[in-house]
Formats: sequence, structure tokens, C-alpha cells
Amino acid sequence: MTQDLDWIARSGARAKGGRPAFFDEMALDRLYSLTLSLTAELAATRERLDTVERLLELEGSIDRTKIERYEPDRKAGEERGIAMRAYIARVMRGFQQEVEAMEETDPPVTDWVEKLSRQDAASA
Amino acid sequence: MSAEIPPPYTALQRHPMMAQADHDEASRFNFLTQFNRYLSGDLGKGNWLAYEKRVLPAFEAIHGRSPENREEIRVAMNQDPWHRTWSALKRNSMEMRQQNGRQIVLRQLDELDAKAKAYNEASGLLELDSSVEQPLYVTCVDIHCQPGSYHTEERPGDVAVAANYDVGLFATTGGALGSLNDGGGQAVVGWIKENRPDWSPERVLDVGCTVGHNAVPIAQGFPEAEVIGIDTAAPVLRYGAARAASLGVSNIKFVQASGEDLSRFPDNHFDWVQTTMFLHETSASAMPRILSECHRVLKPGGLLLHVEQPQYGPDMPLFEQFLRDWDAYNNNEPFWSAMHGVDLKAVMEEAGFPLDEQFVTGVRAIPDKTLFPGSPDGDKEDYGRAAIWNAYGAWKPKVSNEIAKEISA
Repeated sequence: MTQDLDWIARSGARAKGGRPAFFDEMALDRLYSLTLSLTAELAATRERLDTVERLLELEGSIDRTKIERYEPDRKAGEERGIAMRAYIARVMRGFQQEVEAMEETDPPVTDWVEKLSRQDAASA
Repeated sequence: MSAEIPPPYTALQRHPMMAQADHDEASRFNFLTQFNRYLSGDLGKGNWLAYEKRVLPAFEAIHGRSPENREEIRVAMNQDPWHRTWSALKRNSMEMRQQNGRQIVLRQLDELDAKAKAYNEASGLLELDSSVEQPLYVTCVDIHCQPGSYHTEERPGDVAVAANYDVGLFATTGGALGSLNDGGGQAVVGWIKENRPDWSPERVLDVGCTVGHNAVPIAQGFPEAEVIGIDTAAPVLRYGAARAASLGVSNIKFVQASGEDLSRFPDNHFDWVQTTMFLHETSASAMPRILSECHRVLKPGGLLLHVEQPQYGPDMPLFEQFLRDWDAYNNNEPFWSAMHGVDLKAVMEEAGFPLDEQFVTGVRAIPDKTLFPGSPDGDKEDYGRAAIWNAYGAWKPKVSNEIAKEISA
């Protein structure tokens, strides 16, 4: 471990240069930073759990050094890659569905509520 | 490996200078690698949809015309809620990649510095010159949001920023640069071998080489050649020299020098001068000086080759120009927009390369296909980051322009 340097504090150093504000409310920019970091941390935790399961299945025991050094073989790597893709798809559903909604614009459902509630609606 | 799934970070070939990621550090890169692909692919099309469905119609309603340049699109899109959301996600992804890379590197900086020192003392590949000044385009912002840029130190003589650059390129590019992040250099070597199969350059200069990930493949591809990589920043040279030595490459030197002042080299000295993803990190006043120096040190008949993302040009749709400009404003690449908007052929002509000796060709990284699926293109391309480039090249005339003019006069 590095001596004479607070590596944790220095790792978070900001990049020189004014950061763009993406939202009108600064707190929302901070919330995105927080949420996305947590998403990545959970992704890492899930991979770690997968590692523990695979090591136990393979060897019946684990130790921390083996976890830190674990390198999935091709098949395991692909399985974990697919799991990561599915995880990202679940977490990002709201964003993905917003894109989908832009592709196929629907009228507000209240329009249909009103239409289907009218007795004179054609073929209702 | 499925085309949708990049290989895990642990599948990278790790040369001895590469900082060692522990389990969770590697997993964070696995997340970011796929997340970056997801952002440019699945979510990236939202930018076009927002533009087409609401931003453009609103612009036309107000102005009575379509946008005339990428800047007008940028200003309009920056008000759009989807584009803001997408940009916030992308910026955070870049920042997270930096912090994760820095945690990996800084916690083991003692070991990395000691290793670099040992390699460099033994190999003699490193030549630093503390009198070289850092130009404004290096110091004004931390380029691509890399804290410390290329030139600063956490403590004197260290390799921190360079080791961080190398350790995270995989995640930034969605795994598209291949096992040693050297897909750019390999692509260039592949292009030369295909187009000039009998050419064997004796001296090659790589300007703005950073950690040498694109210069080392040239040294490996032409083992008889003497390759010199220059950069103004000492930390990347320290790391690059050690990285090259650790890969067993000896026909390369890492020299601290500025591309604007190649006075340490005589006229007509190099067979080939290369820059890879470098010109956009300079400035409008520096680029012509660099090109003119490149021209001076090239032998008659020598090759100048710049690998860059495609220039914008009149044929590129304004919306694509706007997308490609994202990094200029959101990822600290302040010369990106102007550099890609300039008529590079005219700038090269001004530097002494006649138009009829210039050419443009496409190169793309073709890393180990059994492991790396390569860079997505078309709708899923990560503009500005994909391993799909244009090479802007020129052969220096065998007879100088002045003499040619005199002869024809």
C-alpha cells in the first residue's frame, strides 16, 4: 500500500476545468453522481457474489486471495457479461422506455379513458 | 464472445507495468465498459429522436429555418431534458472511470514507481528534458477529464497519471482497443504492410506519444526501425518507456520534447512521422507549427500520418457533427470542435504537403477477434471514442516544392 500519500482522498481529485451543469437544480446533478456510483458498486458486489459461488462450487472452499485473483474463463466471462448486460437493462429501464416512448408517441391514457367512457364512441 | 458482450477486464493482456486491479476494481470497469456501450447504443438513439421529434421542430418554429451549424444544434439540445439526462449519465461514467483508475493506481503507486525506475535505469529508453515547457493546451484543463492531465505528478518523479490512463482505456473505449489498448498502432502498421508491403522505414517519429500504446506496435511491426516517441509530459514518458521495456521492446526511445519544436532533430531525418489521436489535443496556433516541423524533419519521400476521428466537412450531417462534439464541451477536449471543423488538407498543404500527395483513408482497430468483438459502428457508434478512425496522410515530395516551382518556371 502506498505510503506518504492519502491515496483514497487523491483518487477523487476533480479534473481541472469547469464542470457543465446538466440540470437547473444542482442537487439533481449530485443525485445522478450518487445513483450511478451506487449502481456500479452493486454491479461489483453482484460479480463478487458470483465469484464466491463459482469458487465454492469448484473447490468447496474460498479464501479472500482467491477472490481477488479470480479470473473467469471464457465461458464464465461470457455468462457474467450477459448477467451484467441484463442488470444494466433492469436498472436503466426508465431511461430505455423513455427512448421507446419517443419512438412511438402515444396520446395520454386520459384521452382513452374519456373516449371509452362515452356511450356514443364508435365501436366501443 | 457475443458481439454485444465485451470480454471481462481480466481477459486483458496485462504487461508488467500495468497496475493490478483487485476483484471489485475490475468489476467496476466491467460495469463501465458495458454501461458506456449501453449509453452510446441503446440510449444514444434518444438524442436523435429528441432532436427530430421536438428540438428541430421547435427551432424551426422560432427561427423559420433549420439550424445552420452544429453550434446552433448544441445550444438547442442543451435545453432538451433527454439530452441533459444522457449527458449527465455520460459525464458521470467518465468521472467514475477516472476515480476507479486512480484508486487502483494510487494505492500501489510505490510499487509502480519503483518498477518504472528499475526498468528505465536498466533499459535506457527514457530521455527527459526538464527545460521543456508545458504548452497552454496541455495545462488549461485536464484533458478528457483525466485528473492531473498527462503532465502533473502526485509526487516528484511518479507515473500516476500515466498508469491511470493506461489502466482505464479499456473501459473508456468499451473494450474496443484490444488487449494492450494498442489497436490504433496495430491498425496503422496493418495499413502500411498492406499498402507499402516492401517499405522498411529506418527512423520513425511519434509525436504526442503519451504512454506509447500506439508507438510500441510500430516498433514491434518494424523491428529494424528506430522509433522515437516524444511528448511534453514527463510522467507518461516514464511510464511509456517502462511499459515498452516490460514488453521486451528495445528499438524505441521516449524523449521529452514538444512537437512545436523539433530542433533536436535535423532536416530530412525521419522516414515516417506519426500522430495518433493527438492533433485534437493541441490548438489552432500550435497545429500548423507542429505540421511544419513534421514536414521539416521528414525525408523527401517520407510519410506523415495522422490518425484522428473523422473531420466534419460539408458532407457530414450537422447533427452528427454535434454528437461528435460532445467531448469538446462535456469531456474537456477544448480544441476538438475547431480541429475537426478545420480543412485539414489545407492546413497540411500550408505546412508543405501538396494536395496531390495527400490522402485520407479509413483505419479501424482489429484486435484479437476471438476475444474482442471490436468497436460498434453505425447507430451504435460511440462518437469520438470508437476504434474507427480516419488516417490523414501525405508523402513528402521527393523534390521540394520550391525546387519544383523553379524547375517548372
